[in-house]
Amino acid sequence: MIAIEHLTKRYGTQLAVSDVSFGCEPGTVTGFLGPNGAGKSTTLRSLCGLATPTSGTTAIGGRAYRDLPNAGRQVGVLLDAGAQHAGRTGREALLLSAMVLGVDRRRVDEVLELVGLAGSPAGKRVGKYSLGMRQRLGLATALLGDPEVLVLDEPANGLDPEGIFWMRGLLRGFADRGGTVLLSSHLLHEVEAVADQLVVIAGGRVVARGSKAQLLTSTGTVVRATDPAALQSALTAAGIGVAPGLAGALVADAEPEAVGRAAAAEAVVLVELRPADGGGLEELFRSLTGSSDTPPAGTVPAAQQVQEARA
Amino acid sequence: MSSTVSTTPPGAGLHTQPAPRTTSMVQLTRVELRKSADTRAGRWLLVAIAAVALLVAGLQLFFDDGVDGSFGYFFTASQFPVGFLLPVLGILLVTSEWSQRTAMTTFALVPVRSRVLTAKMLAAALLAVLGVLATLVVAALATLLTPAVAGPASRWELSGAHLGQVLLVQVVVVLVGVAFGMLLLSSPLAIVLYFLLPVVVTILVSSVAALDWVRDWLDLTTTTIPMYDGQLAGQGWAQVGTSVALWLLLPLMAGWVRIQRSEIA
Repeated sequence: MIAIEHLTKRYGTQLAVSDVSFGCEPGTVTGFLGPNGAGKSTTLRSLCGLATPTSGTTAIGGRAYRDLPNAGRQVGVLLDAGAQHAGRTGREALLLSAMVLGVDRRRVDEVLELVGLAGSPAGKRVGKYSLGMRQRLGLATALLGDPEVLVLDEPANGLDPEGIFWMRGLLRGFADRGGTVLLSSHLLHEVEAVADQLVVIAGGRVVARGSKAQLLTSTGTVVRATDPAALQSALTAAGIGVAPGLAGALVADAEPEAVGRAAAAEAVVLVELRPADGGGLEELFRSLTGSSDTPPAGTVPAAQQVQEARA
Repeated sequence: MSSTVSTTPPGAGLHTQPAPRTTSMVQLTRVELRKSADTRAGRWLLVAIAAVALLVAGLQLFFDDGVDGSFGYFFTASQFPVGFLLPVLGILLVTSEWSQRTAMTTFALVPVRSRVLTAKMLAAALLAVLGVLATLVVAALATLLTPAVAGPASRWELSGAHLGQVLLVQVVVVLVGVAFGMLLLSSPLAIVLYFLLPVVVTILVSSVAALDWVRDWLDLTTTTIPMYDGQLAGQGWAQVGTSVALWLLLPLMAGWVRIQRSEIA
């Protein structure tokens, strides 16, 4: 339903997005992950016709966004919760969008109800809204045209934990009814619970892509020793790939048993040895996108990161 | 805020709705007209224009010795507030999309940007026509009251050329506002330059007699003066044409290209 192919976006000499390709299927939620400035927003703006790619193509349902007959009826877009006039009420902002979409005014009340802004919040000026309320209004705008696709940039920003939980349920339900969801976040735990597929971007490049299960199983073993240097050389001697983990731990590219045997062979005292599941994705995400200067094998070194807030 | 349970879940109509149709230009223009009046700034600007138009007519009735009770006289006089303030509304119609960042929402819904820009121009032109209609009402009121307040009898006369040229000049000036907005994409910058630039040019060229032709051919304020009385004729049309090219067409085209090419963020 969403197809991004070899998308590259250059600002002057800065490469914001480099050869990004991925797709999203109906019935799935895709989490688009990466640190701030990784190129998420640029990618989504290109997808929605707000930025012109330097090269590459984007399509929704086989068409370029600009060729969609009534874009808002097919794609619900929330790229910036601040993109509403501070002087208009929430209801008025939705009414304007409803006029453009050609949907019934009753639909405005429906989506207001749906996002929890019905009643007095709907009549308040957007300037008086909290960030969380603006996110809800933006989500209402995206849902207004009853689209088949949702493209959301950092929709959880400003939502309280309850709000994030509520949004997960909403997006899951949308996908379960056959909708396609692409949402970005710089926080893994925000999308981990709801996404079927993850695309991780760093420095403008896709550094990992796959189903959540795939990415989880590829993360190896977390191991920690009283003497980290000895552990590192023991593992290297056994031919096991190693990446730095958290708090002095190492992430070894092997099963726990193999790691244990390698440590035992060199008489290294282990204080922790466990498969890197659960928090494994977190460590993967951190290692892929964090300040670590030794990216795991098989990934592309992060290119120079450019500021997302450009332009 | 609490989470809500909805009766109609999102995406309930997935794949069941008929193929969506492109929003018509008429509808887009209605949206832009609504945008011009649904914020405090827009609403008060419209109120101010109406109030000043009434005020001008009232002052003339009571204090202007030249009042002859003719409808055309009041009609011309009441154009001033419209022609002065309506272009600001034209500027804001464009620049507020950037200052308030609504451009992201607007262009996500209508990705063909030229359609939005066309709708904005149509809406601005319609506002100018509505403004002229309002001045017709003001002028009628003033004409009606003339015998009672100022003395002379009411004279109901207005030539077609007078009405036509006033309509045309008001549409032109409001579109100049839109063009400045499109070129500069910043409310304060566009408003300041819209008012300042013509004055600066006038001052500069007035200081040198050899530059009179600039004033006569390129100063929109000067060239359009006869239009408010419906007196524009002959070479005057050519002079209006050249000044409109400079102050309207040039910024309009440059602004159009700028918006087409820019990234909306």
